[in-house]
Amino acid sequence: MGKENQILEEITSKEYEHGWTVNLETEEAPKGLSEEIIRFISKKKQEPEWLLEWRLKAFRQWQKMAEPKWPNVTYPEINYQDIIYYSAPKQKAKPKSLDQVDPELIKTFEKLGISLTEQKRLTGIAVDAVIDSVSVATTFKEKLKELGIIFCSFSEAVREHPELVKKYLGSVVPMNDNYFAALNSAVFSDGSFCYIPKGVRCPMELSTYFRINAANTGQFERTLIIADEGAYVSYLEGCTAPMRDENQLHAAVVELYAMKDAEIKYSTVQNWYPGDKEGKGGIYNFVTKRGLCAGDHSKISWTQVETGSAITWKYPSCVLKGNYSQGEFYSVAVTNNYQQADTGTKMIHIGKNTRSRIVSKGISAGHSQNSYRGQVKVMKRATHARNFSQCDSLLMGDRCGAHTFPYIDVENNSAKVEHEATTSKIGEDQIFYCLQRGIDEEAAVALIVNGYAKEVLNQLPMEFAVEAQKLLALTLEGSVG
Amino acid sequence: MESTITTQDLTKEIISNLSFEDTAPYSAYRKKALDAFHKTGLPDKKNEEYRFTPITAVLEKKINWNLENSESKISSITPFLINELDAYVIVLVNGKFSKEFSKLNQVEPGIKIKTLGEAWSTEKNLVEKHIDQLINCNNDPFASLNSALWQEGIFIHVDEAIKIKKSVLILHINDASASQIISHTKALVIIEREAELSLIEKSSSTGEENIFHTFSEELVIQENALLNYVKIQHDEGNLYQVATSAIRQSDNSKLNTFTLTLNGKLIRNNFNIVIDGENCESHFYGLYLLNGNTLADNHTVVDHTRPNSYSNELYKGVMDENSKAIFNGKIYVRPHAQKTNAFQSNRNILLTDTATINTKPQLEIWADDVKCSHGCTTGQLDEEALFYLRSRGISQATAKAMLLYAFAAETLEPIRDEVLKTYLDNLISERLHKNF
Repeated sequence: MGKENQILEEITSKEYEHGWTVNLETEEAPKGLSEEIIRFISKKKQEPEWLLEWRLKAFRQWQKMAEPKWPNVTYPEINYQDIIYYSAPKQKAKPKSLDQVDPELIKTFEKLGISLTEQKRLTGIAVDAVIDSVSVATTFKEKLKELGIIFCSFSEAVREHPELVKKYLGSVVPMNDNYFAALNSAVFSDGSFCYIPKGVRCPMELSTYFRINAANTGQFERTLIIADEGAYVSYLEGCTAPMRDENQLHAAVVELYAMKDAEIKYSTVQNWYPGDKEGKGGIYNFVTKRGLCAGDHSKISWTQVETGSAITWKYPSCVLKGNYSQGEFYSVAVTNNYQQADTGTKMIHIGKNTRSRIVSKGISAGHSQNSYRGQVKVMKRATHARNFSQCDSLLMGDRCGAHTFPYIDVENNSAKVEHEATTSKIGEDQIFYCLQRGIDEEAAVALIVNGYAKEVLNQLPMEFAVEAQKLLALTLEGSVG
Repeated sequence: MESTITTQDLTKEIISNLSFEDTAPYSAYRKKALDAFHKTGLPDKKNEEYRFTPITAVLEKKINWNLENSESKISSITPFLINELDAYVIVLVNGKFSKEFSKLNQVEPGIKIKTLGEAWSTEKNLVEKHIDQLINCNNDPFASLNSALWQEGIFIHVDEAIKIKKSVLILHINDASASQIISHTKALVIIEREAELSLIEKSSSTGEENIFHTFSEELVIQENALLNYVKIQHDEGNLYQVATSAIRQSDNSKLNTFTLTLNGKLIRNNFNIVIDGENCESHFYGLYLLNGNTLADNHTVVDHTRPNSYSNELYKGVMDENSKAIFNGKIYVRPHAQKTNAFQSNRNILLTDTATINTKPQLEIWADDVKCSHGCTTGQLDEEALFYLRSRGISQATAKAMLLYAFAAETLEPIRDEVLKTYLDNLISERLHKNF
């Protein structure tokens, strides 16, 4: 056990590698939240009247709502008046090409390992980069345009495709859906917008990279992805933030809309700053993600690898409205030190013959608390709905906790719903088996953890799977307690 | 916000209609529980523990708090008894102990069975040491309501190292043929070291009027002791019931429970087990076979606070017609409860598309060296199994009954008493129309 503890120490003392800041000149709104601030944001972004009205309506609803208390997490009260709701890297004029982008900014992304320049062509990923709250650069736009694919920042979409934004904004996550979604609806500053036209299969992975840079700011971005009939898109999302002593709020909304025969695959590797070893600082990640399978035979698949954030509160959901539509949720959530995660999914079966599958793997170490909270709801009309859920928890050390809260509500007698959950630690027999075959303890643990999460990691696109595996290895390898 | 207002109003209305003599030795306990009830109030829609069971709204509609209970006109309890079962029988009719119907003569040595009021004067220390300890009045409004208002209580004590041969049957009869009935009953059961007891609890009701019954019991199982516990809820009347069972197990003790829910309008069972000892073994089985408009809600909590114990939970249900079932099973494994093995399984079959199931198996684990799992399924009968039986000339109805019976009968496994087992088996067969 001595050696194991030593490894655990080593791992837990490992520092967050994205913890630097860059001196980007930014333009900020004053602290606090009021109608004036919302008007300020809207004006800054040169938004049309209807969007301002929409924001104000959301704000008024938000004021009437209360912060949810049911998640299995604890944190000091958030002072919503002490947050800067708008912060943008200063740019003189809208850049036409990457050459005109602030070199400091490009450097930021190169540090992150995300090159916005042409080398990305090799990996074939189109990137939309969001710093603080504003989308700074989108690559490969022209190439995608040829196929009719719209992939741009949210504010650009508002300017250039208002009819699409107007039609689909809030159609999956209504502005008053929950406290944080309402807050986001009122103050969201930017995000990504994506539209895949009928029958088009997006030839490359689309990706957004989120970065909180400025201090005291909250990040409130909004992503809207629409896949028209028969379209397919795979979308990646990554995020990092600098190390700061105070907690920062991240309240995003992601809406996916899949029409008949369309498929959307959404993958996240979330690596926000988790706070230091004593649990000081870190990001509060309160995110609303939901996909609507509106048409028949549509499919939405969520894959997430959650390693960062002081607190994660996130339930990527699928509303299976179309007949024969499918929802999937694959998740690995790792918590270490004093991190808290309350994450899971909702599968709402409305259409006939709908199917959903949930695979959730939780790993808790240190003093962390890791909860799975999921709901499978089969409505009366959803004949022959099928669900299979599996959520496993792995505990490392005796100071952490793993919790499972699955809700299964079935109103149709032809539905088949199965749920399985286990909690365990890495078995001594498993380690022994490996040792016996000449694999040392550390490698054995890596092997077992990797195998444990494999089912989920396999769902990630290649480029992300590598990053996710590295992240997992860095946070956990050898930390069996 | 309308619901909260009615919840508070109803709470006040219930409290304003209270009267109990202040001279009784337990009036201080009642007061304390009443304060707790006042504080929590009846559960509103947002209360997570009562999310799917709209009990407050139902009580508001169905129960008149100003009415007095009427006397029961029941002349015989034979139809409510368990045939051929040799047992000490305690009968409570409309919330009052019935000396006439109870069979408590020639009780074997080592066991004391008396009313709680009597025990409070003869065994004051023992009662006051255990009463209202396991029941959490601050959390559960119906437990505090019961602790404040109980009309009658039962006290059972088994001496050290005594194995009680006969079973003890507590029979709750609520007769609402003359008027509406509100009854609150309570029990305290203490099984000392190395003692053994089989306890059966049966709830039956008749009459056309509405009945609101709360029952709460505390069962203390000391070191190396054994308790076999069976609860049968077979109510023909319009019963709205909240039954709370709180159990504490000490080192090396064993517990087997089985809960069968067949009838009633709204049945809520709270089953809370604290495994407060090492090397304990516990089996919790439950079966709910519902039809009509019955709503049955089983909430169980298994709390492992000490290492090296084993618990196994299996609840099954078949929902027919417009019935609704709710299951919530919590397993807690506290930080020091290493080497715990805890398993839980909930399986459901819906027979009609107007029946509903809401299930929430829940694991909360703070210790790493444990083996815990839970599973739950909702589905229908296996088409292939049905086809197999049909192809052998068995009618659709019989084939269905056979499969349902096989599904349900598994839960009878831990019952050792053959007479009781046959009785339960018959109840299940009858409900599932098994006549082969």
